[in-house]
Amino acid sequence: MTANVVIQFLNGLAGASSLFLVATGLSIIFGVSRIVNFAHGSLYMLGMYLAWSLIAFFGRGSPFGFWGGVLGAALAVGVAGALVEMLVLRRIYRAPEMFQLLATFALVLVVKDAALWLWGAEDLLGPRAPGLRGAVEILGRRVPEYDLLLIAVGPVVLGLLWLLMNRTRWGTLVRAATQDREMVAVLGVDQAKLFTSVFFLGAFLAGLGGALQLPREPANLAVDLSIVADAFVVVVVGGMGSIGGAFLAALLIAQAKAMCIAIGDVELFGTVFSFSKFTLVAEFAIMAAVLVVRPWGLLGRPPAAARGAGAVEPPLVPPGPLFWPAAMLAVLVLALVPLGGEGYALVLLIDIAIFALFAASLHFLMGPAGMVSFGHAAYFGLGSYAAGLAFLKLGWPVEAALLAAPAIGGAGALLFGWFCVRLSGVYLAMLTLAFAQIVWSVVFQWDAFTGGSNGLVGLWPQGWLKDRTTLYLAVLLVSALGIFALWRMVHAPFGYALRAARDSALRADAIGIDVRRFQWIGFALAGTFAGLAGGLFAFSKGSISPETLGVARSVDGLVMVLLGGVQTLTGPVLGATAFTLLQDEIARATTYWRAVLGLAILAIVLVFPMGIAGALRILVARAGAGR
Amino acid sequence: MDRRKFLALVAGAALAGWVPAATAQEPIKIGEMNSYKVFAAFLEPYKKGMDLAVDEINAAGGVLGRKIEIVSRDDNGQPGDAVRVAEELLTREKAAFLIGTFPSNVGLAVASFAKERKVLFIAAEPLTDKIVWDQGNRYTFRLRASTYMQTAMLVPEAAKLRKKRWAIVYPNYEYGQSATAAFKQLIKERQPDVEFVIEQATPLGRIDAGPVADAIAAAKPDAIFSSLFGPDLARFVREGTTRGIFKGVEVFNLLGGEPEYLDPLLDEAPVGWYVTGYPWQDIRTPEHAKFLAAYRAKFRDYPRLGSIVGYSTVLSAAAAIRKAGSLDSEKLVEAMKGLTHSTPFGEITYRRQDHQSTMGAYVGKVGLRDGKGVMVDWSYADGGRFLPSDADVAKMRPAE
Repeated sequence: MTANVVIQFLNGLAGASSLFLVATGLSIIFGVSRIVNFAHGSLYMLGMYLAWSLIAFFGRGSPFGFWGGVLGAALAVGVAGALVEMLVLRRIYRAPEMFQLLATFALVLVVKDAALWLWGAEDLLGPRAPGLRGAVEILGRRVPEYDLLLIAVGPVVLGLLWLLMNRTRWGTLVRAATQDREMVAVLGVDQAKLFTSVFFLGAFLAGLGGALQLPREPANLAVDLSIVADAFVVVVVGGMGSIGGAFLAALLIAQAKAMCIAIGDVELFGTVFSFSKFTLVAEFAIMAAVLVVRPWGLLGRPPAAARGAGAVEPPLVPPGPLFWPAAMLAVLVLALVPLGGEGYALVLLIDIAIFALFAASLHFLMGPAGMVSFGHAAYFGLGSYAAGLAFLKLGWPVEAALLAAPAIGGAGALLFGWFCVRLSGVYLAMLTLAFAQIVWSVVFQWDAFTGGSNGLVGLWPQGWLKDRTTLYLAVLLVSALGIFALWRMVHAPFGYALRAARDSALRADAIGIDVRRFQWIGFALAGTFAGLAGGLFAFSKGSISPETLGVARSVDGLVMVLLGGVQTLTGPVLGATAFTLLQDEIARATTYWRAVLGLAILAIVLVFPMGIAGALRILVARAGAGR
Repeated sequence: MDRRKFLALVAGAALAGWVPAATAQEPIKIGEMNSYKVFAAFLEPYKKGMDLAVDEINAAGGVLGRKIEIVSRDDNGQPGDAVRVAEELLTREKAAFLIGTFPSNVGLAVASFAKERKVLFIAAEPLTDKIVWDQGNRYTFRLRASTYMQTAMLVPEAAKLRKKRWAIVYPNYEYGQSATAAFKQLIKERQPDVEFVIEQATPLGRIDAGPVADAIAAAKPDAIFSSLFGPDLARFVREGTTRGIFKGVEVFNLLGGEPEYLDPLLDEAPVGWYVTGYPWQDIRTPEHAKFLAAYRAKFRDYPRLGSIVGYSTVLSAAAAIRKAGSLDSEKLVEAMKGLTHSTPFGEITYRRQDHQSTMGAYVGKVGLRDGKGVMVDWSYADGGRFLPSDADVAKMRPAE
């Protein structure tokens, strides 16, 4: 028994080193640039593939070939990171918060297809490290030599980073910029150079992490997204920008997972609880627990308020007298589409209407309420499962089942929101992600109730909604009413209070607004409308599975909102439309549709850093000024 | 599109412009959707297999005097997207019916869609038992040998070894769960005294191979049943081998002999493991020899199992049209029932009772040849022999 625990502890240490390398790069980049770098996993993946190629080039067997390949790959990825900073991100630092996220998301798509094109679809198994192929015996069990090396690498890198940060001028500047970026700039430090070098270091560490993983895992195309989620969790649990925190968090998570696997099945009160299944969500459960107790992570500090990053947003003005008639006219025109359009146009418009409502609900949270969510699909999914289960298991008619969707979506948001509104910024976003992942894993594993990974099948509305045209009209009407309600709320006293709380919590508090309660209600309302969208989704697709509330759906929502523009009301609707149409059109036209979609998003990001709606508004304003 | 394809297309277009409208008839469009980017390692060869079948069928004059055309879409691995592209294929592309899909949830979603829209759907790859049983429907047929069938093919060998202490490791989703359930049920029937000493359910694509291997070793099993595949399998093999956990332990791995998953292991292929798969190098039947030669000539690459699945699915589609003599959904469905045609794996039949094809799989052990993993001591297990009794099937399948 003790031997088992010791061996699994060593496994946990080796796993922690791997996690730490990739997470610490992310943490450093975020600390200085405040960019949530979704592409960090892609850099890691690039590190794996490049190391595979370089090692093959230098000679698989020789120590020089292997270590030269690993180091070469890490350096190359570092350069790639620096280039990304110089060519893409530098152009959009002044864009609103989180907008850079959209660019890094586009990069994920591009890198994935580039890797497929360059290295092919088949998994590429790397060589074992020369001289470290075997295992040593510890307590009668065999421990791989390479694991022992990894166990050493983590603390060594931690030590080197500490020296770099505390004993060099560059490190001092990085720490200063992490604390107060503007002050560093005011003192005459060249920010551009500093950011580029930070990106180089972060990407180098990601590449190194990937390259070092090659003897343990074949290079494959799915690794980018699975590692980036883990890396985010480690960074947030440790405290963003804290290198020591990242190390501690990596240790905590890797050890917890190893122990879950070691414990296996345990019988508690007559039911068997499988700890090995718990590994599906272990890191997110840990993150939720840590954030509830320590809002800034284990070793993190409250972030200094970023001053002057991005232009100061002009307050939303109530829409002009023509706005509501124009909106209703648009709905009316859309309602006439079935008269002339082909069948598929309706299918696409149903999707667009549903995603527009979903994006509008997320926008309500992100824009007026100022709370970014990385897990908004949880409420969308809760709604769709509520509707689906009421329809299938309780035999409710579609109309009644559809009412269950916002109720359950809202209830979920009410529950999780209570915890989330206690946090702010990226920590809040990550807590929403953690809750979403927990909900996802419950739905994914609860076979008897939710259908497990297969989901619920056979949700086809019967009766008057069976016909596609009436279904379309119903979806259009419900979505439009939902979106109008959200828009209306933004300009109601409730919306003003929310916006006041976002712009200055302190002043809002001083004039008697209960900031947390307002934010909590706002969170629940956003979840309610997302749930409604989810209910519509279930009945328009006829089946739902756990992807409905997965990370990918949350990210799609974010992309739609950012693409459209956060500062405008119509942004999310335009964003949802553009994203759905782009995806549909591009996926049909080319094999490498991901890359093309990524490049299209990148182009939009660089040309319209205010989003589509923001760009339109500026155009209109210019035309008005010129008149 | 590569250059050769592009040139062929340009040449084809030029020819079409020159030759007067002798073959002016529109081709028959068949809608196909799959998770091309999510499961690229399997689906690239699959696509090639489809292309080859389309070429051969059209070179032989097509079906019903018309050429066939496969219109492919990426479903992104998401049921919602799959249903959208299925709609698009039917309404905009006017596809006659649907084929394809890979993951279980997408397969089930499209099957349900096919039932709702009353259109034929030939599921190519989803392995879930539910698609023909619990949630089977009139319009859905499935080509590949299911999880249950492939597990049943391994069980006779497993039971022969009389091992008592079994460890189980599986990817934690429908496929791994039902493989595990089927294995436990089937081996208990033959060997009631077996003991399952440890079960490890690992997140798909994210196995912590080291801890899992050590946990299994700690349970001291005599044998291991695994349904891992892809990167998970490679990690498990490497970590387990380094730790010596497979010494003196018999291992059974579903799908482990498929070139998609065996080839990346190179010279570290786990010799002696019992697997289901596809020993393309050594199959000497005339059907397969012809397929292999044509495939290598066209793509300058060897086929993977995906190639067989893609190729055979298109053959099934063409055979169904030929037998139905029409593109009417109901006639196609009737034609599919009991449809028999030849594939590189030999003759297969779509059973009337549950719409499952009798396509089998090769069962054997992993060996090494020229520094590469191959299957040795293999034999072909005809799928028809590894299905539950008709009475059991009828109990599971909802009435039409």
